[in-house]
Amino acid sequence: MKTVLKTFAAALLLGVAAMGVAKADQVKIGVAAEPYPPFTSPDASGKWVGWEIDFVDAVCAEEKLDCVITPVAWDGIIPALTTKKIDAIVSSMSITDERKKTIDFSDKYYNTPTAIIGPKDQKFGATPDDLKGKVVGVQVSTVHAVYAKKHFGGTASEIKEYQTQDEANNDLAAGRLDAVQADSIALGEFLKSDQGKACCDLKGMVAPDDEVLGPGVGVGLRKEDTALKEKFNAGIKAIRASGKYDEISKKYFDFDIYGSNPQSN
Amino acid sequence: MSGDAAIEAVARASLWLKPHRIVLILIALALLLGAAFFMRWDWLPQYWEMGLVGLWRSLWILAVTCALGFMIALPVGLAQAAGPIWLAAPAKVFCTIIRGTPLLLQLWLLYYGLGSLFPQYPWIRESWMWPYLRQAWPYGVLALTLSFAGYEGEVMRGAFAGVPRGQLEAARAFGMSRWKIFRRVWLPQAFYRALPTLTGETVLQLKSTPLVATISVIDIFAVSSKVRQDTYLTYEPLLLLALIYMTITGILVLVFSRIEARIPVKVG
Repeated sequence: MKTVLKTFAAALLLGVAAMGVAKADQVKIGVAAEPYPPFTSPDASGKWVGWEIDFVDAVCAEEKLDCVITPVAWDGIIPALTTKKIDAIVSSMSITDERKKTIDFSDKYYNTPTAIIGPKDQKFGATPDDLKGKVVGVQVSTVHAVYAKKHFGGTASEIKEYQTQDEANNDLAAGRLDAVQADSIALGEFLKSDQGKACCDLKGMVAPDDEVLGPGVGVGLRKEDTALKEKFNAGIKAIRASGKYDEISKKYFDFDIYGSNPQSN
Repeated sequence: MSGDAAIEAVARASLWLKPHRIVLILIALALLLGAAFFMRWDWLPQYWEMGLVGLWRSLWILAVTCALGFMIALPVGLAQAAGPIWLAAPAKVFCTIIRGTPLLLQLWLLYYGLGSLFPQYPWIRESWMWPYLRQAWPYGVLALTLSFAGYEGEVMRGAFAGVPRGQLEAARAFGMSRWKIFRRVWLPQAFYRALPTLTGETVLQLKSTPLVATISVIDIFAVSSKVRQDTYLTYEPLLLLALIYMTITGILVLVFSRIEARIPVKVG
């Protein structure tokens, strides 16, 4: 009871503070507490680095927000947002209708195709027929999990869901999976690693499905935080216009990840 | 006659329905109704089938690992209690390692360690075992079995050593063979002694089964996690999960107490 009262009091105080001064308060940016290179991953000293970290730093600098990176477990990241442990999700979260029931999104800030990878010694593509009788691994509660179930559920022998992308990749390397479906860039990074190089290669990009895969990746926000949403939208627009976005992207990618014609392949 | 029975039943009920019990029942009902009306349960129709499959998986993993583990525990306990040093020492080492390391570590060593060594050998990949070896549940069953055997081996060592020597000497005086002494006297008495501990260990084993969810086996715990991740609800799936585990524990304890009640109290 005491903690409930305290929470109420804190919420009330926060509300009053927010009304009083429109000062730049600290904005807690939630990222999934697992390496997802090249977007978000901890470096040797534990500092979070990657394209998304640079991107959110640029947006926050543009909008004069005091942003702090806060790692949160992926499977609890939306509850963490709704219970105000974090204020925004910048963790390669695709904008979907299902998630929009619970949270709000900024405009998209990148969009990349979805890929299928598999063992080197097997030849197949990325269509439902290609995955017939195969065990496909995806990360739990991602658009890829929904997509795999919808498109490959009928032909694949099993869709296995993993808590992290790393575990799915590991099981593919260990021969327990026949294929893994995920974002093409994240998988590209795995294929570049020693483990990935040894075992697997790219099989192809999946057919587009905007209903499931959505228009791209956006900043996840609480529905009531419309002011913050406008700031993020303005910030994204500003760094796109100023060339800062391209400057950051060039450090990590050799193509335009904003995706002017989304899901073209 | 039937009137007497009815009166007796009413009398028994009034004895059982003491004020504190009535209050507790009312509180439980209020909690249940509160949970039913103020929480979201609309996800149940979509997930109950998956939940039943998960529950079944949890239960058979519990039953199989307890049964296999106990079968391994018997020789391990016996070797430590009465075996020659070359049998006792490895059994002791086995128990010490299993009891000295976290079960999660053992499970991951088997699944991510041993399991990822297999595919490097083409003859394993082509053998009949591969369809099993590439799945997750054999590793879960193996880890949980070894864990149960380790703990139970220690319990059985104590139980075997605790059977009074006079019993065994008397059996020998009757001219029983060593195997007969073991089967007729030593094992039953040791088992009776270990039974109360066995109940506790089985309940503990039930609560170790959710660890298999970390290696992608979809047990009842994994189903509740999935509900949590899909619906963004925190309390409802977890509360239901707690209720399910408590119910299984209650049934286990009841069954074991029935077995305990059937065996003679005084055997010594």
